[in-house]
Amino acid sequence: MAKTDSLQGSLDLLVLKILSRRPRLHGYAIMSAIQAISDDVLRAEEGSIYPALHRMEEAGWIRAEWITKDSGRRARIYELTASGKKQLDAEESRWLAVTSAVNRVLRMA
Amino acid sequence: MSVWSRIANVFRGDRLSREIQEELEAHVEEAIEQGRDPDEARRAFGPSLRMREQSRDLRLLGWLDSVRADAIFGWRQIWKKKVTSAAAVLSLALAIGACTAAFRLIDALLLRPLPVADPEQLYVLSRHGLGFDGKPASYDGWAYPAFRQMREAIKDQAELIAISYAQQMDMTYRSDEEMEKGWLQYVSGWMFESLGLRPALGRLLTENDDLKPGGHPVAVLSHDYWTHRFGQDPKIIGRTVRMGNDIYEIVGVVQEPFTGTEPGIVTDIFIPTMMNSSVTRSDSTWHRTLVRLRPGVAVEPVQTKLHATSRAFEEDRAKGFMGMTRQTIERFLDQKVVLEPAAGGVSQLQRDYRGPLVALGMLVALVLLIACANVANLMMAQAAARTREMALRVSIGAGRARLVQMVLVESAWLALLASAIGAVFAWWSAPFVIGRINPPGNPVRLGLDADWRVLGFAIALGLAVTFVFGLAPALRASAVTPASALKGGDDPHSRRRAMHVLIAAQVAFCFLVLFVAGLFAATSERLSNKPLGFSAERILLLSTVSAQPQSPLVWDQVADHLRSLPGIEKVALADRPLLNGYASNSFISVNGSPPSEILAYFRSVSPGWFDTMKIRRIDGSDFRESDTSTTDGGEGVAIVNETFARQYFGGENPVGKWFEKTYRNNRYRVVGLVPDVPYRNLREPTLPTAYVPFHGMDSNGTLRPVGNGTFIVRTSGSNPLMLAQFLRQEVGRARPGFRVSNVATQQELISAQTIRERLLAMLALFFAVVALVLAGVGLYGVLDYSVLQRRREIGIRMAIGAQAGDIARRVTGEAFAMVLLGAAAGLGLGLGAVRFMETLLYGVNATDLTILAVPSLTIVAVALIAALAPVIRALQIDPVAMLRME
Repeated sequence: MAKTDSLQGSLDLLVLKILSRRPRLHGYAIMSAIQAISDDVLRAEEGSIYPALHRMEEAGWIRAEWITKDSGRRARIYELTASGKKQLDAEESRWLAVTSAVNRVLRMA
Repeated sequence: MSVWSRIANVFRGDRLSREIQEELEAHVEEAIEQGRDPDEARRAFGPSLRMREQSRDLRLLGWLDSVRADAIFGWRQIWKKKVTSAAAVLSLALAIGACTAAFRLIDALLLRPLPVADPEQLYVLSRHGLGFDGKPASYDGWAYPAFRQMREAIKDQAELIAISYAQQMDMTYRSDEEMEKGWLQYVSGWMFESLGLRPALGRLLTENDDLKPGGHPVAVLSHDYWTHRFGQDPKIIGRTVRMGNDIYEIVGVVQEPFTGTEPGIVTDIFIPTMMNSSVTRSDSTWHRTLVRLRPGVAVEPVQTKLHATSRAFEEDRAKGFMGMTRQTIERFLDQKVVLEPAAGGVSQLQRDYRGPLVALGMLVALVLLIACANVANLMMAQAAARTREMALRVSIGAGRARLVQMVLVESAWLALLASAIGAVFAWWSAPFVIGRINPPGNPVRLGLDADWRVLGFAIALGLAVTFVFGLAPALRASAVTPASALKGGDDPHSRRRAMHVLIAAQVAFCFLVLFVAGLFAATSERLSNKPLGFSAERILLLSTVSAQPQSPLVWDQVADHLRSLPGIEKVALADRPLLNGYASNSFISVNGSPPSEILAYFRSVSPGWFDTMKIRRIDGSDFRESDTSTTDGGEGVAIVNETFARQYFGGENPVGKWFEKTYRNNRYRVVGLVPDVPYRNLREPTLPTAYVPFHGMDSNGTLRPVGNGTFIVRTSGSNPLMLAQFLRQEVGRARPGFRVSNVATQQELISAQTIRERLLAMLALFFAVVALVLAGVGLYGVLDYSVLQRRREIGIRMAIGAQAGDIARRVTGEAFAMVLLGAAAGLGLGLGAVRFMETLLYGVNATDLTILAVPSLTIVAVALIAALAPVIRALQIDPVAMLRME
């Protein structure tokens, strides 16, 4: 399976899901989590997660905050908002509907 | 979040970029910390500049950010060319300020609704048709008995409110010696409730205060009067004020900001209509009628019904008319009753100044257009200098809309600065104009609060101006084709052509302004210098009342006393001064013929009045002490003016002939003929006037007592007002009960007649000068630019032997053709506009040679002066240097 742009269209869903499980992560941690949980299958141009994060922040699904880590460096961490939770539910059910439909097609054809 | 944070982020763009950068860098550092190879981590991360731009665009409003950038860039552009920018801003500021000031005046006088409940439901009732003098006119005065019948007839559909014309009254809170003047309105008791007004103190009048003639001596003060006369003393309730012979109790103060229904006059005291002595008379029209329609009622049926009621009333009354022809009566009865919207109140000031203000508004709008054309030309010339910059922008991918925006933002800067300065100008100039409308004893008071309407107007004007002068240069600048521009430019003449069109428009507007200003100036000049037929020099007028009507012999004694005082040259008596606006008239008949259709006007004067006024006599003699006028069918003597002789005696010498006032058959023998002098105002054609003796004889042979009159005093000192205070005291000393209620000089009354015309002429001339300067500067700018642009061509022409005259012609020819074209267009516009201004003009003919020649010559002169510098510059071009430049 290609390692590149398989995240297309589902990046938002993955970010929201991860933040719902583990709040207050910075961008690198979110990306590492996606990679680790998917056993390195899902992997994108790492930087492209930031425009996505900023877009969702503008949409009000997540909110961001600067913190200073133990190492003394600043990091921008994210967590889910109430409207982000709703969005996650909606995206999740839409994703399930699409994948099950695709699976049906694969089985039947 | 969202919109607000995105707007906020526009103004912290740098910090935003830094934060995004920091976050992205933190990512890579984190990766390296995790033990990844730095190069690999960076490669996996992707191009960080693109990420940053993407994120940045997401987190702020892109268009706003670009406007911000343009604003900064535009400001730098303006700052770079301080002098031209300042000229542009100042000329625009003057024009915008003048427009805003004109709007403030129009708004305050005509548009702003009265501070009452639902003002849009208020109408004023008036009659349109032919007057007794046979001229079309409209009247808004009503007799109270007619008002009462109409109110009864329409009460289910509308409420009618009687409100008298505001008048100045002598009143006192203590003794006769401490008389003061105040503005008074007689109003229906139910007016306050009907207009939704509340008391600030005490109570207001109600219907119960307005039932019985003479039975309700109560008064309500306006908040303004309570404040400036009594310092808001709460103990004012219950105090009394005496006006005439009635003593009124003050019962309340009406809330701010209601000060009556006449814009221009601030009413001090409101008293019930029932206290007016004319309230039972059918032949005295002394109040206006305001109509408040009930919700959902249409205007038309109310109008029809009121018309029917009014007509029935007048028909009934006409049965008692005597001494008028049938035709005159019919004409009067045919007047049509009309409801006119009165949300903004009704006043004489509105009638007098509606036309002048609209004309003035037009003039300043034209000046604004001239200023806009100037700035457009300036921007156009600058755009030429920036062609390469624009071409470069297009080449690296700027869209056309983006370039238009950039130039418009720069225009908006100019408009904004100009609006701010203009606002200061308007803030100062509107009260200045109002302060100029100041007839003696009666200065106009008009609230000029800057409300949201004025603010809205100013903002709309600023936006409109930005587009008017900014759009054309913006479109032009953005339309560059990079290839040709970078090569050295396409058709260099096309830009000049556009500038020439603007020049033509400017000259046309400028001509129009000059032409109209010339008409107003000529009107003012002709009215002010109109031959009067009398001398107003050193004449002081003492309007005097006596506590009880006194025999005219007593009035003569007071006059004798004044005559004996030092510094007094002559003294005479008259019912009223000349030119104070009042009139007394009657139909007359000569030798038993049917009543005239033209009204004759009367004035009663003492012997010596003509002498005092320095009116010469054409034939006959002055009145003698024993001469009398008559009131009850007797006989008297009269002195008539030339118009009277022409009108009623066919131009023959009337001395020795008889006429009679048709109303009571009072017969008069003409004993003298005098030249025409103005009667009640300067504008109207001279009225047929008969002077009759101040001594009036009753039918039983006694002299009729007189309650008020005017002493006409010619002083020997050059400033008659120096004696005003002295004479005021002497009148009271000469005879107890006599009191001077008003002092004015005859000269003041004459000046008051021309205030409007002088004001209009002054303002119009001021704007004419501004227009001229702006157009001159505009022309200079265009010529200068064209010389600069064509200097290479001129150099070549000179090198191959062109003469100076040839060069000058070449440089200025096109522009001068435009000036002539513009002047011709302006002339056409002017002649077309004259029709709408006829009522504002006096004694001038728009097609007079001088009226047309003055603006034409002025414009040509200014054009020549404007051309001088550029032509000299063109002639100083050194062909050698110019050719070497290539």
